[in-house]
Amino acid sequence: MEAAARAEQPRGGLPAWALGAIPLALIAAAIGAFALLGGPGLGERSGPPVEELSVERTVLRPGTIELTLRNDGPDPVEVAQVAVNDAFVPFGTEGGREVGRLGSTVLRVSYPWIEGEAYEIFILTSSGGTVDAEVPVAAETPAADLDFYGLMALLGIYVGVIPVGLGMLWLPFVRRIDARWIGALIAFTVGLLAFLGIDAGLEGLEIAGEAPAAFGGSALVFAGALSAYLLLAAADTHLRRRREAAVGAGTAAGGLYLALLVALGIGLHNLGEGLAIGSAYASGALALGAFLVVGFALHNTTEGLAIVAPLRGGNGGGADMGVRPLLGRLIGLGLLAGAPAVLGAWIGAAAFDPSLAALLFGVGVGAIARVIVQIAPSMRDGDGRLLHPLSVAGMIAGIAVLYATGLLVSV
Amino acid sequence: MDQNRRFSRRALLGAAATVPAAAGLHSLVTRGGLGGEPALAESHAGTGAAAGHAGAHDRFAHATFAPGRTVNHRANGFEPSELLRDFDWGKTRRLASGRLLREWTLIAQDKEIEVAPGVKYEAWTYNGRVPGPTLRAREGEKLRINFVNSSDHPHTIHFHGIHPAAMDGMPGVGERQGGGQIEPGESFAYEFDAEPFGLHLYHCHTAPLAAHIARGLYGAFIVDPKRGRPEADEMVMVMNGFDTNFDLSNEIYAVNSIGFHYVNEPIRVKRDELVRIYLVNALEFDPLNSFHVHANFFQHYPTGTSLEPSEFTDTIVQGQGQRSILELKFPFDGDYMFHAHVSEFAELGWTGFFRVGDPSLLGSTAAAAAYCKLPWGGNGGAV
Repeated sequence: MEAAARAEQPRGGLPAWALGAIPLALIAAAIGAFALLGGPGLGERSGPPVEELSVERTVLRPGTIELTLRNDGPDPVEVAQVAVNDAFVPFGTEGGREVGRLGSTVLRVSYPWIEGEAYEIFILTSSGGTVDAEVPVAAETPAADLDFYGLMALLGIYVGVIPVGLGMLWLPFVRRIDARWIGALIAFTVGLLAFLGIDAGLEGLEIAGEAPAAFGGSALVFAGALSAYLLLAAADTHLRRRREAAVGAGTAAGGLYLALLVALGIGLHNLGEGLAIGSAYASGALALGAFLVVGFALHNTTEGLAIVAPLRGGNGGGADMGVRPLLGRLIGLGLLAGAPAVLGAWIGAAAFDPSLAALLFGVGVGAIARVIVQIAPSMRDGDGRLLHPLSVAGMIAGIAVLYATGLLVSV
Repeated sequence: MDQNRRFSRRALLGAAATVPAAAGLHSLVTRGGLGGEPALAESHAGTGAAAGHAGAHDRFAHATFAPGRTVNHRANGFEPSELLRDFDWGKTRRLASGRLLREWTLIAQDKEIEVAPGVKYEAWTYNGRVPGPTLRAREGEKLRINFVNSSDHPHTIHFHGIHPAAMDGMPGVGERQGGGQIEPGESFAYEFDAEPFGLHLYHCHTAPLAAHIARGLYGAFIVDPKRGRPEADEMVMVMNGFDTNFDLSNEIYAVNSIGFHYVNEPIRVKRDELVRIYLVNALEFDPLNSFHVHANFFQHYPTGTSLEPSEFTDTIVQGQGQRSILELKFPFDGDYMFHAHVSEFAELGWTGFFRVGDPSLLGSTAAAAAYCKLPWGGNGGAV
């Protein structure tokens, strides 16, 4: 019967795409009519206009403070006056004083700011409302020239690539230790990743708090996380099918493959970390002390250990990915995990956007969650238990190590 | 979108006064008074404050409103330069008893006013202006103030002075005589004798008190001594502010409501002529306000209730509701700043200039113009 019904369908004469398009056209017509008639029946709005401006970016140049504003409220906002540290100041705009919904403008305020001082700015709108902005520590915003990108790359290499690479030097150790400990080591990695995931999530939510609500705010973190998780899961299914076809069924997730996943998750996390470092540096909030770099290095060295932990090889050794990983592959893993810090630092320093940052942090969280799900089975003990004393201890150790090294760095 | 178009009056004046700043040559532009008199341009090569800014393009020289627009005084219905010397003597008639009755009508009105260029504020006013009219009488006269409440909110007029409780404009007191709180649409005539002589104020006393005062319901109330005071160039300065975002602190400070107005339009006075300032602190939210004049000293008559000055000084501090009469003479031509010595208030609008003599005859810099060379000068709009 169903088949018969389906067969009848073309008799109506309308192709399927037209049936799909008709509701769309009606919706468009309804919206058009509604807008044309000025929202019939809704009457005048009640209450004063809602003015919401968020400061997306603050750039300091000698004698000027530049604020990029975004209107994320429902009504247009007109900037009337600007005061810095309780003094009205002259300013010009790039994009006008009136900012429409989701529109943006740049205010260029003339002010003899002094390096190292803090500034409170209030923007007075035409209705007398105020929008506050803050310069916590005044420092000239670095010009985005070649030197600057070079510095950011160096920073990314210091905090991302080198420590991860150093951490991976534990590989020989990992390959020698007793098979019983491998579960604990994987558990340690899971603990590390869990901490990184929580950290990235919290940081993402914090940054989302500064982002215009109209673009989603904290929802972006969750959207990013969910999308990343799903994409990685899909990629995993795809790769596994290909590998099974090539190698033959029955092979467990290989060590190198797990290492690749861990490296990817950590890489996405480091992208967010680079973003935070780059934007903090650009805004002058980050003092590039040796202490901070050393702290990051220690912090991220443990990430290198996490990558090589799955490379222990199968219980018998040999049957797994077969051979010892090639040096080239190891370097590739290290770069996958560490190099995104460079990319993140560039993006963060040159074009920091809180909405984008929130999304990227979310992506990091999703990726890490997916990686944890994928490598967790490797911590099973002989009886197939996931949460045996050794694995629990390993996970807690991983969390503790990251917490402790994290104390060294607070951007 | 260029918002400057909306404020064409100033834009035109500014254009008339514009002197293109050639590279390397620093041009200072002196604007004329209200009438848009021809501008006076003086070129400056390395003198005073200008030296540090030579060649600079729109550098921060001082606190000021953004260039390119000014308050539309016509729409506001009052102009601080006119309000300054506007004393309202009311109408008088002789009573059967032989006494003089002096009478005014004050109408409470809700009115949107522009308190800073581009910033609108829903003010509550007496007779459509903030501060309200400066009521002036002589000691011993009988006064009648017909109060009409045309506002959407209940109000009163509470006068500082000596009078019976029913005439005190205090909600809950005097309702039986028709006084106390005056509801929207109602009216009441306050009647009392003008005493003591001195400088007083009046304001609304409806609760919440701070809100009713901060919205603009206040004004100066002057009672002259019977024998009068010596001839002088008299002016009233009501120190006030506006809490435009209703967070219980002021965003804008001023004398006579419009911040930086007397920087833009310096108060013109004659050299060696006695200047008498009736200074009233109507500022809400901030406990203290102050007045300081540059390069001069003044005689201070606290509350104006004595004909003998209490102090010869250049700075006085006033609490909320406090007032003083100040007398001074300017012995030199030039531009002399006056401002709150609470620097925060000064930089949020409470700053002005006295201009002594004709600046076109001065060899020296026109200070007000130099002070404000950027927003009011030739390259004001450019950043």
